[in-house]
This record gives sequence, structure tokens and C-alpha cells, in this order.
Amino acid sequence: MASVLVFLDVPALPLPRAARELLTLAGTVGEPVVAAAHRADQAMLDALASHGAVKVYEPAGELDTVLVAAKAAFLADAAKTEQPAAILLGNSFEDREIAARTGIKLGSGVITDAVAVAPDLAVTKSVLAGSYTSTCRVRTGTPVITVKANSVEPAPADPAAAAPQRVEVPLSDAGPAARVTGRSGKRVSGRPELAEARVIVAGGRGMDGNFGPVEDLADLLGGAVGASRAATDAGWIEHSAQVGQTGKTVSPQLYISAGISGAIQQKAGMQTAKVIVAVNKDADAPVFEIADFGIVGDVFSVLPQAADEIRKRRA
Amino acid sequence: MQESATRPLNIVVLVKHVPDAQFDRHLTGPGHTLDRAESILSELDEYALEAALQLAEARGGESAGNRVTALAMGPAAAVNAVKKSLQIGAYAGVHLADDALAGSDAAGTSLALAAAVRAVAESNGPVDLVITGMASTDGETSLVPAQLAERLQLAQVTFASELEVADVDGAPVVKARRDGDSFTETVEAPLPALVSVTDQANSPRYPNFKGIMAAKKKPVTVLTLADIGVDPAQVGHDGAWTAVAASAPRPPRSQGTIITDDGTAGVQLVEYLAAQKLI
Repeated sequence: MASVLVFLDVPALPLPRAARELLTLAGTVGEPVVAAAHRADQAMLDALASHGAVKVYEPAGELDTVLVAAKAAFLADAAKTEQPAAILLGNSFEDREIAARTGIKLGSGVITDAVAVAPDLAVTKSVLAGSYTSTCRVRTGTPVITVKANSVEPAPADPAAAAPQRVEVPLSDAGPAARVTGRSGKRVSGRPELAEARVIVAGGRGMDGNFGPVEDLADLLGGAVGASRAATDAGWIEHSAQVGQTGKTVSPQLYISAGISGAIQQKAGMQTAKVIVAVNKDADAPVFEIADFGIVGDVFSVLPQAADEIRKRRA
Repeated sequence: MQESATRPLNIVVLVKHVPDAQFDRHLTGPGHTLDRAESILSELDEYALEAALQLAEARGGESAGNRVTALAMGPAAAVNAVKKSLQIGAYAGVHLADDALAGSDAAGTSLALAAAVRAVAESNGPVDLVITGMASTDGETSLVPAQLAERLQLAQVTFASELEVADVDGAPVVKARRDGDSFTETVEAPLPALVSVTDQANSPRYPNFKGIMAAKKKPVTVLTLADIGVDPAQVGHDGAWTAVAASAPRPPRSQGTIITDDGTAGVQLVEYLAAQKLI
């Protein structure tokens, strides 16, 4: 059976949903094989095996002070050894860059933003900020495909799976590369990553500088906090929370839009959400055109009331 | 002899003529390519141009020998992206225009742009920096900057939210700040390098009357594939490494239930979420 090489940049335990989705998807196309940019310990190998990985490629040394160039070189080297039917990555900015460079190194076409990959490697993707769906195919080389989070239902783990084979990949020259000279961690919120979250509560201009109700509801729902550009530009919340054409594109199960009018650039970032709830005091806000459930009302009474009701039901 | 601490920079900025995202956009024709009516200079490229102008100005601007060249690839109308860039302040423009480029994917686009950057270097001297926006607002694949860096073997610094060129032991080094989800990092790379900037990097300037008048006198070099030594078979629809087989507009979302808060909307919201099995 042909293998499918799954690139995992920083695997962590428990295995993130996005990684489990990629392994599950790989298993529907072929036999999952992992290229892990960091060396895996035994617990990690067991976790990868339990999600279908039969082989794990690891770099012979540390890659992390150079940016994507070294990771792309590692992935391309692993692919040259493995000769998989396809290569799957996540859809973060960095994963897409690694895919981009790997594609050139292998002479292979790259498709980003995939939401489905058929067994014959036809790829369904969302384009023009979610306003179109297209079906694409790689014509040249080994298909390199980056897959959006929440595209696949991860298969349950099989704790009895056999240990994967480990293969060490010698470090090769990645060429000129940027180096990380400093890194400062931001506040750790314990919330899921925006791009991968199943629930997002997003606030906009209507939050008037107070994101408390948005954060409270997000935490109750185990979700991430998002924001419109107006809210991030105003400095009410960090820029990494921005959803929209110039921020992140998200496809959660539930997107709650609070105090956001829903200009076209904001819609572009969230219109593929499965369920959209909108709360805005302006009945003419464009966001209501795409909302499954819309509330014309004040975010500062609706959101806290909803949060109280959830607490009451759980008590 | 040690290099001058402020040697001028030769910067190429990639600018793209893209359909205005304010309007509905459509895929047309057998290749499912974008209808390019109502096109403008990509909003995200204005940050790239501003970054280039600020880096050049920090080293004395055009009169000190710095160069800021706006490079666009695309059909005849794409020259408008170059002209707008010249009005904003780019010192010179290059338009890579060739019918064979139509339908290029990221691989073909990066191949042609790499050759165009080499052509600029041949006529202008070595290129120190290629600066791009964080993504195009049409293709949205984010593949081209990284593929260009790979093809030109440049160090790559993407998604810079702050940018400077500092001189370290007499040699210019690009230093940038990148904001991730859970951390902020500082990175640096020797020149030549490819840099992409986010919309946090600066506030792009607008063209003023003086800039618009001055732009009329600035040179725009038009290049064809033959000029840059690219085989037409390697680009365009035929040379693409990926193909679109089908495309369809996403079915419009039907409007759902809209209620006006009567004092119980928060409770009704939770009932709705419970009915949808979302809580």
C-alpha cells in the first residue's frame, strides 16, 4: 500500500486534534507515515502509532533555530527516502511555507486550504475567502497538500497498535536562512488556537474596549477568542486574534460574532463556519445576512445572560 | 576596505493587481481563473511598498543610491499596480507581461518572478531585498514568497510586523519581529533576503499630487518571458504543477432566525445552541 507522509512540526501530547485529523486523513488515502521536525520520545511514538503511523522520520539533530528553510529541507529529504503517494501538512502560515519550499525542492505541485482529499487525491478546497469551492489536482510530482483544521473527524486511538519504525534523516544544508534571535512567550490562556478551535467567540467595535463578556463566553464553551480588525487596531486585544481577510481564516463548528458589523473582509474570514450566531444592536448589520441565529440586541446584556444560563444549566 | 556602514540598498517590491475584494469575485472560463475586472493594487502590497520606502529612506533615499523597484507580473492592466506604486513613491517599475503567463500557478509564478528579479539584478546590480505582502488577496495560497525564496536561495523572513536593516560589522542584516499565536520572536537574516510584511508593519502612505505628477516621469520597464529567459512551456496553464478541475460558488447561506432582544435573548441563544448540540 502506498504511504502518505504527514508532517508534524511540534508534536505535543496529548496529540493535538489537527495532528490526529491529518493522520486519520492519511489513513483514508494510504498508510500513514510521519515526518516529525523534532525528535519523538517513546510516549510520542506510542501516540503516533495509536493513530495509525507505521513509520516516523526524525531529523538527526535539532532544527529549531532556523526558520522554515531547514524544516522544508528535512521534509523533502524524508520524502525522497519514503517516496510517498502524497504529503500532508497543516494549514498554518508556517506549514504552508514549508509546503511551498518542499514543493520546489521536489518539483511537486502544492495545494493549500484543502477541506477534503479523496482517495484518488482530488482535493477540495475553499477559495476566494470561502465564496467558492474548487476541486484541484496536482499534475506534477508528489502532491503536497495543506489541510485546514476541522476538515476530518479524527479516528479513535488504537492503544494496541504496533510501535512505529524510526528512521533518522541526516541534516542537509538548508541554504541561507533566517535565525531566531529571541523569543518571548505571551500570556498562556489555555484556550485553543484560533485556527483550530471548534468554537470561536469574536468581538468587534461594539465591544467598546471591553472583551470581558466575549472571553467569559469563549471559556465557558471551551472556545477561542477572535476579533475584527477594528477591535485589534484599537488595541483591545492582540493582533493574533484577528479573523478576516488580513487575519486568520477560520472554519469552526460554531462562530459567535459579537458587536461585529460583518464587513466583507470579516465575513471572508469566517463564512465557512458551520453555525454562525450574530449579536449586534444594529438590525441592518450585514452579518445578519449570513447568521443562522441573529440577535438584535446589546452585547453587554445578551452575552452575560447567555453565560449565566450556561452556568445555571451545568450547575 | 570595510564596507560603508550605510551602503545603499537595492530593493524589489512585488506588487499585484488583484480584483477588489469589496466586490463579489468570480471564477470564469475553462481554467477557472479569476475575473480580473474591478482590479486594484493589492491592499496588502501597500505595506510591502511602505516598508521598502522606509528602509531606503533610512539610508538616504534615492539620492543616496538606494533603489526601490516595484515589480508586477500580469496582463496589460497589471501595469496599473506598478503605476500606483510609482505614485506612492517607488523609484522605478517593472511589468512582466506575457500572454503565456495566463493561468500560472504558484510554481510558475515563482519561476517567472525569480527570473524577473534576476533580470532586475542584471540591469541594476545585486538585489539586497525582495519585499512582499503577507499574501495576495486573490489566490491566498501564501505560497509565492516562500517559493521565490527557495528558487533564489534567499534567506526568508516572513510575516514581519517590525522591520529594520542594521549594519553588523559593516554588512547589512535584516532584523524583524514576528508575532505568533503563543509567542513573539525576533529573527535576523543576512542580505540578500526575502521579507514579507504583515498589515501591522506600518501605515502605508497615500499618493499625493506631487507623487502623482512625479510618477509620470518614472520609468516602467516592460519585460517578456523571452527577455528573462523563461521557456513559455514552464509557466501558464500548460506549465502549471496543479490544475483546477471544477469550481462552484459556495451556496449562499440562507438567512436564519433573527430575533430582537426582549430581555431573554441570552437564554434563547443558549436554547438554540443546545438544540444544535453545540453546548
